[in-house]
Amino acid sequence: MNINNFLSDLNLIYPEIILVSTLVIVLLFDLIFKHNKSFLPIISLAGITFAIFFTILNFGKNEFAFGYGSNNFLLSIDDFSNFFKLLILISSIFIILFSILSNEIKICRDRHGEYYTLLLGMIIGMFFLVSANDLIVIYISIEILSLSSYILAGFVKTSLRNSEASLKYVIYGGVSSGIMIFGMSLIYGMTGSTNLSEINSILKVTALSDVTFLTSLLMVLAGLGFKISVVPFHFWTPDVYEGAPIPITAYLSVASKAAGFAVLIRFIKIMFLSGITNNEYWVLYPIIDWRSLLIIFSIITMTLGNLSALWQDNLKRMLAYSSIAHAGYILLGLAVLSNQGLTAVLIYFIIYLFMNLGAFLVVMLIANEINSEDINDYKGLGYSLPFLSAMLSIFLISLVGLPPTAGFIAKLYLFIALVDAKMIVVAIIALINTVISLYYYVRVLKNLYLSKPAENKIKIRNLSFVYSLVLIMVVPVILFGIYFAPITNLAKYSLKILGM
Amino acid sequence: MTVGLTHFLVVSTLLFSMGLYAIITRKNAVMVLMGIELVLNSANINFVAFSRFGNFGYSGHLVALFVIVLAAAEAAIALAIVLNIYKNMSTVNVDEIDNLRE
Repeated sequence: MNINNFLSDLNLIYPEIILVSTLVIVLLFDLIFKHNKSFLPIISLAGITFAIFFTILNFGKNEFAFGYGSNNFLLSIDDFSNFFKLLILISSIFIILFSILSNEIKICRDRHGEYYTLLLGMIIGMFFLVSANDLIVIYISIEILSLSSYILAGFVKTSLRNSEASLKYVIYGGVSSGIMIFGMSLIYGMTGSTNLSEINSILKVTALSDVTFLTSLLMVLAGLGFKISVVPFHFWTPDVYEGAPIPITAYLSVASKAAGFAVLIRFIKIMFLSGITNNEYWVLYPIIDWRSLLIIFSIITMTLGNLSALWQDNLKRMLAYSSIAHAGYILLGLAVLSNQGLTAVLIYFIIYLFMNLGAFLVVMLIANEINSEDINDYKGLGYSLPFLSAMLSIFLISLVGLPPTAGFIAKLYLFIALVDAKMIVVAIIALINTVISLYYYVRVLKNLYLSKPAENKIKIRNLSFVYSLVLIMVVPVILFGIYFAPITNLAKYSLKILGM
Repeated sequence: MTVGLTHFLVVSTLLFSMGLYAIITRKNAVMVLMGIELVLNSANINFVAFSRFGNFGYSGHLVALFVIVLAAAEAAIALAIVLNIYKNMSTVNVDEIDNLRE
C-alpha cells in the first residue's frame, strides 16, 4: 500500500473523520464539564451537520478508497453509499431532537455524554457498513453498530424492560454475528479472498455451486437478515423495540435497517453479478435461484409481520411488527433484481424515514404525557390531544400506503417495478398484505376518535418545539405524496454501485 | 500422519456445533455467552487454517486478530448487560427473563 494513496484516500472519508472527531469532542466535554450536559446534543448536531455537508460534496465522486494487494479496495465511496449516509445522518438529527424531548432519556441526566457518544458510534458503524467492499469491513462495522446499539437499547439501567431488551438483543446479535463470521471464514477458505469484487472475479472462473458454498452464503445472509429483521431472523425485533427507549427504537427501525439493506444489496450485487441483460435486469451467478429466495423471504416476512401486528395492544410492539412488514416490502424491491427495483427501494427508504420516525415521535410524545403505549389508553385522545392525534393519523395512513400521503408513492413505485418484472402474483400478495395492514393501523384511529373523550385535559410541555418538530416530519409525508419528482430524481441519481 | 487442513476444519466445525448447542440448551445467560465465544473462535481457527494451508498470505491471520478484539469487546458489553439484569431481576436464567412477550 502506497502512503500517498492512503493520504489522498483520506479526502474521501471526510464525513467519517468529522464524526469520529465529534465523538471524541463529546467524550472530552462530558469528562471536563461534569455538571452541564445541555450542550452535548448541540455539539453532536453540529458535527452531523458538517458531515451532511461533506457527504453532499462526495456525491458524484464514485471512487474506491484504501486499496491493498492487487487492486482490492476496502471501501467504495459511490453515490449509493452517499445516499444511505445522507439518510442515516438525517435520521440521526431527528433522533437527537427526539432524545432531547424524551422523558426516558431525560431521567439519566448524568449519563448523557455516554448516550451521545454511543449514538455517534452507531453512526460511524453504519457509515462504514454502507460503503464496505470487503467481508472484514462488513463484519467490523456491523459489530461497531451492534455493540453501541446493545448498550443504547438498555440505556435506562433501572428500567426492567430496558435491561431485558438489551439482554435479548445482545444474545441474538452475538449469535447471528458469530454465525455470519463463520460463514465468511468458509467463503474465505473457498475463494481465498475477503474482497467482494475479487470474489466476484474468482466466481467467474471457478463455478462454486456446491452445498458448502451455499451453506456459507446462507450463514452470511442470516447475519445480514438479522440486521434488517427478516423472518426467520426477526425474533429479537418485537421485544427489543418494545423494551428500548423510544428514540432508540425509532433509530433501529430506520437507520440501522437502512444500513443493513445497503450492505445486503451491495453484497448480492457486487459479489454475484455476472452481467446485465438488455432490458436492464441483473444476471447473478446461478448459485441459487436468487429471485425465488428473495421473494420467499419477503413474502413470509411481510405476511408474518402484518398478521402478528393485528393483535398487538402495545403501540411500540405494533410498530415493531409493522417495521418487519415494511422490511418485507422493501426486500421485494430488491427481489426484482434490476435498477428499477433498486430505485423503488431507495424511494421507499426516503419516505419510510419520515413516516416511521414521525409515528414513533408522536407515540413518544403521547407516552411522555400519559406514561403508556397501550392502545386502550389512547381512547378519546383525539379530543384531549387533537393536534398530536391528527398527526399520528397522518403518519399511520401513510404507513398503510393510502393516497394522498407519501406512503402511497413508495408502494406505487414498488408495485410498478414488480409488474414490469412480470411478478404479478407477488404484487397481488403484497397488495393483500397492504389491505391486512389497514386493519391494525385504523384500529389506532378508532381508539383515538370513536371512543368517549377522556375527562381531563392533557397539557403538553415545550409546546412550540414539539409542534414544529412534528410539523417538520409531517410536511414531507404530505408533500412527497403530491410532488415526488425530487425524491425519484435523487433515487435515480443514487443507483451507482461501484465494484465491478 | 501429518496434521492437515482437514483436521483443523473438523476441530473448528466441532467447536462451532458445540457453541450452537450451548447457545440453544443453556439456561444461564453467561453460559449462552460462552457458546457465542466458541462460535467466534471456531471462525478464527478456520481463518488461520485456510490462510496457512491455502497460501492466501496473511489476510486470514489478520481477520482472526480483528475477531479476537471484537469478541473481547462483545464479551465485555454482554457481561455488563448480564450484571445489570442480575441487579434488576436477581436472576440470569434466560427462561425467566420474559416480561416482554405477546
